[in-house]
Formats: sequence, structure tokens, C-alpha cells
Amino acid sequence: MSAQVMTRPETRTQRSSPGKPRRRRVGNVPAGLAAGVWFLIVAVPIYFIVVTSIRTQDAYVTDGPLDPPTSVTLDNYSNVLELGFATFLRNSVIAAVATVVLVLVLALPAAYAIVRGRSRAVRMGFTLFLVGLAIPAQAVIIPIYLIITRLNLYDSLTAIVLPTAAFSLPMGVVVLTSALRDIPGELYEAMTVDGAGPGVLFRRLVLPLSRPALASVGIFAGLNAWNGFLFPLVLTQSADQRVLPLGLWNFQSQYGTDVPGLLAAVVLSALPVLALYLFGRRHLLSGLAAGFGK
Amino acid sequence: MSSVSLRERPGFVWAAPAAVFFALFGLVPIAVVVYLSGTSWNGLGTPQWVGTENWSALLDDSDFLPSLRTTALLTVGTWLVQTPLALLLGVWSAGAQRFRAVLSTVFFLPLLLSTAAIALVFVSLLDPNFGLAASWGKYLGAPDGNFLGDPSRALPTVIFVLAWQFVPFHTLLYQAATRQIPASLYEAAQLDGANTVRQFFAITLPQLRNTIVASSVMMLVGSVTYFESVLLLTNGGPGNATKVLPLHMYQEGFVAFDMGYASVLAVLLVIIGTVLSVVVVRTTGYHRMASDREGL
Repeated sequence: MSAQVMTRPETRTQRSSPGKPRRRRVGNVPAGLAAGVWFLIVAVPIYFIVVTSIRTQDAYVTDGPLDPPTSVTLDNYSNVLELGFATFLRNSVIAAVATVVLVLVLALPAAYAIVRGRSRAVRMGFTLFLVGLAIPAQAVIIPIYLIITRLNLYDSLTAIVLPTAAFSLPMGVVVLTSALRDIPGELYEAMTVDGAGPGVLFRRLVLPLSRPALASVGIFAGLNAWNGFLFPLVLTQSADQRVLPLGLWNFQSQYGTDVPGLLAAVVLSALPVLALYLFGRRHLLSGLAAGFGK
Repeated sequence: MSSVSLRERPGFVWAAPAAVFFALFGLVPIAVVVYLSGTSWNGLGTPQWVGTENWSALLDDSDFLPSLRTTALLTVGTWLVQTPLALLLGVWSAGAQRFRAVLSTVFFLPLLLSTAAIALVFVSLLDPNFGLAASWGKYLGAPDGNFLGDPSRALPTVIFVLAWQFVPFHTLLYQAATRQIPASLYEAAQLDGANTVRQFFAITLPQLRNTIVASSVMMLVGSVTYFESVLLLTNGGPGNATKVLPLHMYQEGFVAFDMGYASVLAVLLVIIGTVLSVVVVRTTGYHRMASDREGL
């Protein structure tokens, strides 16, 4: 399968750089070519988004999609901001932060109990989360809709946060569990001998040592909430409870022909994550890869 | 001594809040959806018990089998496109080549965009009148520039857009995993005179085995959730060309308001998800981690 795909390019590598002792130059030239092609595939749409978002509506119709912009305008951005973008942004930030807090507060004690606990119930709990890893949210959206309406939470940000957090929880528990396993047992034992109970161990040992893993899980849960589309679609209705992805979609169906405006909204919706990326690239990437890199 | 340390260990109370919370939104709904599949419910009033009526309706649903087939095609197509590409790019970007930093930064840009944003961008980009597809379509096998609106091109186009969105993530997994392969393995292989091809197949690929499994399983499980992209890109069309099973369920439930029949389709999705979850637990080694604990 993938091996066959790789065979031909590999042969070329062999020919290309004999003798240069560089570590891990495996797949160097062919992979480099693939990387170049993929670079174009990724870069062209990104360029299209940015360039079109600063075109006027007229220019969008007349210019080619990849032409350099003839008349640069920021009107699209100001229009989008007037169309309730700030509300969508605020709702998305609230939903993402609440989801992250909920996931971290619930997952860390659970992971601690799974790693250090001895009872059968705890072990069964872990199995439950493992199974939960692959329950597709789509498959249970109808009962969740029923539960949310019966709890009188329909059309609120809480309605989005609760199921979003629940579906990030299994991944959070699994990642934190594997991180806590790396804490040597001697550390717990030394503190236990000094008379520390589970509560003290949690505060003084587990919490400080799991900080990188908490960051990873937080990023994962935060991005999940940020990107979430189905739960907001089904569980909210009114414009003032709308989160960004839904706001974008709504914008498209209402102002379908205003592509420059739509793409300005897309750029604006990506800016918060871009800021996060520039600020903590390492954390963001390791957060995304958490638990699966090993 | 052992009785003391046993008493000092955290009990189920520590895991209970997470377990209860997850059960409420993850497990209870499964029981509820099984119940709902035996009712008639329009989403507003009270569900009325109708027995197996919805289940026998499955036989008369001419959209069901095609949507199942489309789901399978999307899953397999997604895996075939993304896995070799992500593996190649991941291994490459773990090295120290020129331009690597610049290129990998650009690779990861799609990760900053939400599913909704990406779908809407490609709807514009592939617009047969104003989009890039209009001028480039003839080079890509679509002289009329119509990709999403053509029954035979729609599904491959969706698979392409999904690759655009998700290859960066899987590349990241392979990059992280490749970086964890001990350099000493390559040094030893070099001393033995193994060339790059041998090194790739003898060291890199076996060392990445777990990541390949994990990444593949995530793609399989994720293929059910790709429904959001399909909804936004084509809404199942043209005709039923891209109507995947979860989209069919969504339309029966939240568009046609036949929640009872939609629950039947949802139960089938749960079964598919459970089968895949067993694959997750069996193949990623998490169950082995769980049994390691018994020696603690």
C-alpha cells in the first residue's frame, strides 16, 4: 500500500546524495518533491483566501481568482465586523474556555485515580473512557438534543459546552493517564511515607508534574470547541447564541454572492488560532499530536 | 505496609465526576437512541412507541444502502490518499533539510482553519463561474470547471478537501513519532552499510508502526465525523452522490423531523462506531497499558 507508493521515489534518493552523512535523510529528494507539490496545494488556497478578502466585490467578478489585487480594500473586514462578528467571536471564546476548564477539572482527578487507584470500579471507568474514544458524536446527536431540550438548555452556550466537553473527555483522560504513568512510583511512596494522603499528593505532586500534558489536553479540547459545528447547529437557534463556524455558514447562506466578505470572515475567524500558534507554536503542535506521537 | 498504601490510594470518588459526566452525554444517549428508534417523534412533542415500524422502514429506504456505500468509499478513499502522503511528509519534515521550517509552517496552516471555514473556502474556490476551478478545471480533467456539482467528481473532490484539511494533522503525528526514533539506530545501520532505502524500510517504517495504526484508526473513526464537511460542501449532492450515512441520518432527523427513523440510522452508526472503537482499543495498545497497571 503505502510501501509501494514509496518504492520508486526512494530509489532516486539513493542516487542523489551518496556519502553525505546527514542524519535521517530518508526519503530526502522524493519526499522533498512531494513536500513542494503539497506546499503549492496548501499555499494556493491560502493565497486565494487572503487576496480575495481584500478585493472589492466588483473586482472579484472581473479579476482572475489568483490575480494580484488591483484595488486593495478593507471594507469587507469592516462589513463583517458590523454583521455581528464580535458576538460570534465572544460566544466562541466563552464556549472554548468553558469547555477547556470543564475537561481539565474532570479529567485530571480521573486520570490520577486510574493510574494510582486499585479498585475495580476505577479500572472499569478507564475502559469506559477507552470505548468513549470512538463513539461518534453524530450517532448520539438526537438523544443529546432530547436531553438538552428536557434540561431546558436549548439555545444556550451551556448546551454547546456540555456535550462538547463530554466528547473531549475520553481523549483528555487517556492523554493525562499516559502522562501520569511516567511519574515514578517512588515519588508517591516517599511522600506517602511522610504522611501525605491522596489529596496532598494530587496538589503537590500530580498537578505540578502534569502541567505539559494539561496544556496539550487543553489545546485539544479548546480547538475541538472552537471548530465545533454539529452541536451548535443542532442545539442553538438564535443569532446571539451563534458561535463562529455557524456564523460563517449563516453568513454564506445569507450573503452567498459576497465571496470577498465571506473570506474576510474566514480570515478573521482564523486570527485567534493564528495568534495562539505564533505565541505557543511548540505547545500547539505537541498538543495536537498528544498521545499519538509515541 | 501494603494495607496502608492501599488505603492511601485514590478511590473511585476521584474518577466519579468525569465518569458520571461522560456517561450522561456519551452513554445514556446510546440507550436513549435505541429507545427512540422504536418511537415516532417529530422532535417537539412526546415520542410515541411504535415498535419495530422504523426498523422495517429501513428496507423501503432506497437511500440507505447507497449512503452506506458512499460512507465506505469516503472512508477508504480518505485513508488511501492521506496515509502515504502524511507518512511521506511527516518523515521528511522530521529531518533537517533546507526550507523545511518554512514549508512545514505552511503545511500546518490548514490546522488553524475550522471545518466550516475550510468547506466555505473550497465552495468559493471551486465555484464553476468565478473560482479557480473555472480557469484551471481544464487541466484537472473538468473542462466545465464543475467539481462539486458533477456527480462523478463530487466524491473525489470531497476526499481532496478532506485531505487538505487533515493531512497536516497526520503529518504532525508522523513528524513527532519520527523524531522519537533513536538516532543510534540509524548510526548503527549506517555502519552496517545500509542505504537510505534499507534504513527507511528496516528502521523508520517498523518504528512508526504504532503511529501508522493510531493515525489510520483515527481516520477510520473520523470518517464518520467528516459528515460536517460533506454537509457544507455538497449537502449530499449532486443527487445523492455524496450522501454519507450520518448526513442521511441528519437530514431524516433535523430536516424531515422524522427522529424515530433517524434514530434507527443513528443506532447503526453507534454499532459502526463501537466496532471501530474495539479496533482502537485492540490495536493502539491502550488495553495493554491498562493491564500493565496490574503489576503496580
